[in-house]
Amino acid sequence: MIRSEILKEIAPILNPHLVVCNIGLPSQELHMIDDNERNFYMLGTMGLSSSIGFGLALAQDKPVISIDGDGSVLTNLGTLPTIANNATGNFTLLIIDNGSYGSTGDQPTYAGMKTNLTNVARACGCENVVEVQDKDLGTVLQAAIDSEEMTIIVCKCDSGNIKLPVITMDPVVIRHRFMEAVKG
Amino acid sequence: MNIDKKIVDDLVANDVSFVTTVPCKQLAGVIEEVDVREDIFHIPSNKEDEGMGLCAGAFMGGKRPAIIMQNTAIGVTINTLATLTQFYRMPLPMIISYRGELREPVACQVEMAVHTKALLAQLNIPTYHFHWKDDVKEFDNILKYTFMCNKPVAILTDANFWGGYGDQ
Repeated sequence: MIRSEILKEIAPILNPHLVVCNIGLPSQELHMIDDNERNFYMLGTMGLSSSIGFGLALAQDKPVISIDGDGSVLTNLGTLPTIANNATGNFTLLIIDNGSYGSTGDQPTYAGMKTNLTNVARACGCENVVEVQDKDLGTVLQAAIDSEEMTIIVCKCDSGNIKLPVITMDPVVIRHRFMEAVKG
Repeated sequence: MNIDKKIVDDLVANDVSFVTTVPCKQLAGVIEEVDVREDIFHIPSNKEDEGMGLCAGAFMGGKRPAIIMQNTAIGVTINTLATLTQFYRMPLPMIISYRGELREPVACQVEMAVHTKALLAQLNIPTYHFHWKDDVKEFDNILKYTFMCNKPVAILTDANFWGGYGDQ
């Protein structure tokens, strides 16, 4: 499965929850599949999906899912020790690991070579790290949300993209409606 | 007047309850003060752009955030300031140790100091420079201004403000 197929499959699980979605194609795909006010689309700032989602989870009680990619986690690898050492049960980090920088033309990442993000997350001190194959993600994701224990999911999948337009919604609108959903 | 306590008192009085820090020798006292206050959740960051991400999330979660860092961080956070904090219009007080200014003992720090104000000006970030101890009296107003206008705001605090750097 490629990322857009995975997102289509887990969209009903994500729908009731606050979701911070990675820059580029992941946000565009989620926007196409299930646009709603509980989605925060990153229009820039590669690497910070986990940090934004984690800050949000620490600031309030609702479950938060950060959708990240292997390339983006490698960009902000320092996030994993921070998350590990300040764990909060309402946070799930979902790393879609397709071994490539999808939004920029599928150049390979080191996560698709010798670097194992599951082991990296564990070495950083994350206690619940689950590696899962794409087709089994739904069950694992639902269990992680229900467990109320912070979970890092590394979802192994194929690289590949679908053609999509960019998100033209104003960033302040994205932020405002998201904050209203957080309060609601 | 204890500057460390005054800064943290003002943060608390302005309802800032989420503070991330990247250390600097000059900021050790204020970071320690942040860490012991019950009204503030203190989360150290490994890098300043990561910290700004945490602050963005905390703000959207209903908390008022702040970041404490060195001016060298301006060199690594320009993209985050432009495409996250400014693009989504989020407030962020940045309490910055202004290394490389008067009474600085480490020559390399001057290399970023000479770019600091120019970079902040290029980004149209409101910038205040604390040089004398009494300048801290403006801090409360700066915090109110930051949360009024929903912008990142820089407070540069040099070695003279902190009473010198180490043995200098």
